[in-house]
Amino acid sequence: MIFLAIVNAVAMRGVTKTFGAVVANHNVDLDIRRGEILSLLGENGSGKTTLMNMLSGIYYPDAGEIFVDGNPVSIRSPKDAFDLGIGMIHQHFKLVDVLTATENIVLGLREKGRLNLKAAADRIRAICDQYGFAVDPDKKVYDMSVSEKQTVEIVKVLYRGANILILDEPTAVLTPQETTRLFAVLRNMKAAGNAIVIITHKLHEVMEISDRVAVLRKGEFIGDVVTAETDPQKLTDMMVGRAVALNINRPEPKERVRRLEIRNLTVRNVYGVKALDDASFDVYGGEILGIAGISGCGQKELLEAIAGLQRVETGSIRYYPDGDGGSATELVGMNPLDIQEAGVALSFVPEDRLGMGLVGAMGMTDNMMLRSYRSGKSAFANRREPRKLAEHVIEQLEVVTPGVNTPVRRLSGGNVQKVLVGREIASSPKVLMTAYAVRGLDINTSYTIYNLLTEQKMQGVAVVFVGEDLDVLLELCDRILVLCGGRVNGIVDGRTATKEEVGLLMTNLRKEEAV
Amino acid sequence: MNLNLQFFISAIAYGTIILYGALGEILTEKSGNLNLGVPGIMYLGGIGGLASAFLYEISTPTPNPVVCLLLSFVCAFVAAALGGLLFSFLTTTLRVNQNVTGLALTTFGGGVANFFGGALNTMAGGVGQISVAVTSGAYRTSLSFSQPVLNLLLGRGFMVYLAVLLAIAMSLFLNRTRRGLNLRAVGENPATADAAGINVTKYKYLSTCLGAGISGLGGLYYTMDYTMGTWGNDAALEALGWLAVALVIFATWKPLNVIWGSYLFGLLTWLYLYIDGLTRSSQELFRMLPYVVTIVVLILISIRKKRENQPPASLGLSYFREER
Repeated sequence: MIFLAIVNAVAMRGVTKTFGAVVANHNVDLDIRRGEILSLLGENGSGKTTLMNMLSGIYYPDAGEIFVDGNPVSIRSPKDAFDLGIGMIHQHFKLVDVLTATENIVLGLREKGRLNLKAAADRIRAICDQYGFAVDPDKKVYDMSVSEKQTVEIVKVLYRGANILILDEPTAVLTPQETTRLFAVLRNMKAAGNAIVIITHKLHEVMEISDRVAVLRKGEFIGDVVTAETDPQKLTDMMVGRAVALNINRPEPKERVRRLEIRNLTVRNVYGVKALDDASFDVYGGEILGIAGISGCGQKELLEAIAGLQRVETGSIRYYPDGDGGSATELVGMNPLDIQEAGVALSFVPEDRLGMGLVGAMGMTDNMMLRSYRSGKSAFANRREPRKLAEHVIEQLEVVTPGVNTPVRRLSGGNVQKVLVGREIASSPKVLMTAYAVRGLDINTSYTIYNLLTEQKMQGVAVVFVGEDLDVLLELCDRILVLCGGRVNGIVDGRTATKEEVGLLMTNLRKEEAV
Repeated sequence: MNLNLQFFISAIAYGTIILYGALGEILTEKSGNLNLGVPGIMYLGGIGGLASAFLYEISTPTPNPVVCLLLSFVCAFVAAALGGLLFSFLTTTLRVNQNVTGLALTTFGGGVANFFGGALNTMAGGVGQISVAVTSGAYRTSLSFSQPVLNLLLGRGFMVYLAVLLAIAMSLFLNRTRRGLNLRAVGENPATADAAGINVTKYKYLSTCLGAGISGLGGLYYTMDYTMGTWGNDAALEALGWLAVALVIFATWKPLNVIWGSYLFGLLTWLYLYIDGLTRSSQELFRMLPYVVTIVVLILISIRKKRENQPPASLGLSYFREER
């Protein structure tokens, strides 16, 4: 009998990568095989992309070994990866808009002889015919749809001789039809003996396309299973793990007053894909509504639509300044300034603290003024009130800063966040929306923020809290709305829901809602 | 007829100066570097060529025209390229704001050139005006034709034709070669170029220095041919430098467009001399024609929204490699 040893295309053993104090990957073992599609599954921040970036030469592991076809290798640059036949298609396409597909594909190649774009275009057509891609080599990238651009990226990798392909969330920007086409191509490439890895957190795609699933959680390798022998429930359990007790103070809501009534809200993102699809729910004063979901499932668009920063395609957002019985104001179609002037108190803490919320080069006083300068009556700005407010925020929230005039970009992340939240709360809003309010903050500061939000809730403010850590959402929020692919996939009670329940809602669109 | 011929002769001379300036700036801008120091760089080229020719001519009793020509040509190119090197070091390595650096370079180049230009005039003694007759003569050597139009077109100094050849060569380089493709990618999207294994810093440095050298040749042509080997402390060269920057926009960053654009600018610049009945103030209105045309072109480009006519996408931006 002939003994057939299975040689893995890639084997990672004990791979560890840290960024400062953050452990992105810890002691990961992963096998990638030829003629197989492997799904790499995990929540946001579970280290999937970092792990694959170590194969594509963007990062270098701190510890551990990588074998390609059984030989130990050291991948120090994208070029090393290409030489080993490893190609990665990133989430953000790396293409030059004004160049054609062919020019993009041959860009940076060190081939001998003159630049022969015709010959290159012929080779591209041959690759396309082999696997069933549809690419016009002479088309300019700026004329292409997102799916065409993605195809160019894949062809680029194949053109350079890759036979181990890694795709980072390839379906995130595609329509369902385009996804079907991509999967067909991936199956062709698999049949031709290539090794394929897709990074994803969409369970139904995992079940549809992959032969094997490897799960990462908080940077650790949890295990791998054959897709045919598992089901979404088991995979979700592997992904989210057991609940961790955080002991966040959560008083019972005193009096719930309806503030926002959102009906059939649909928003398209810059790619023309529905980022928010027919979302309907209510927001109540006196409670914290958590919004859970894999990143990019419409959280950003939802908050921006309410704040008047996103164009709404259809649907309505009605605001009740005086509670349920009072008159309602329609927010759709109003610009952010109108929303404020109409007496709609809506405070918004954006995801990108320094980009959208604060001006980094200005001090705290000036940043406080950004909210209030319009109320001034004389030609000269009144700095006294904002200065008082800045000092108040420093005192109340224990902001560590040399002074009110120190540029805020010199403060640490936690202190910047406190300044931002402090300013928004100071305008005594009726609805306070926060997105990833504790991202990058240490434990103590995070608790300060939780308590602040809870305090606002007890004062009757409707708090909307977009978060990514399920443990926090389950202990902080009164109700949790789960978004999945831009749809409201369920609203659960924060006190009784389990982590598994929320996790499953996040990754698995309910059958009756899926179209 | 004679008068009109003179019109075209001065237009070609003027056009050639800004042709060099604009060609150099196109090469620079294709790498994403917006070097507003073109006037200063042209000054550096002018003074570099003039000073080297002057020092050589006073050190030998019988200067050799070929040596004069080669020496001043190389010195002009190098002096201007050093200006480009300074710009690259500040903006690419130290990541100083490109606009500020470019404007500073304009002031710096003008100051340096006028300082040494004045010093040369003093050294020359006599009437206080240097003259590098042999070198200038070498630059102005040309064929001569009796037929006036033929003489207009073919009877110019060699630098007029070199500029046109350079424009054609640059167009071929940018559109037909691997390095040209890489350079365009660097100016459009340095992160993508970087990921494709292109050395972004090297491309930015090289194209900016070579581009500055080419721009400097405009200054050389100005001093050697246009002012016939003398130095004047007027700001004419600075005005020409800005015209070259405007021409880059007018030509929508295409070297072939620069050829006819430069002569058109030359014609427009001198038009006021050939229109009767202009007063001093209405002359000025005509002298701003090249800038008006540039603004009109900008408006047309933005209306047509054709991507090929846009500046390189990362023009004026420093490139930071993403670091975590």
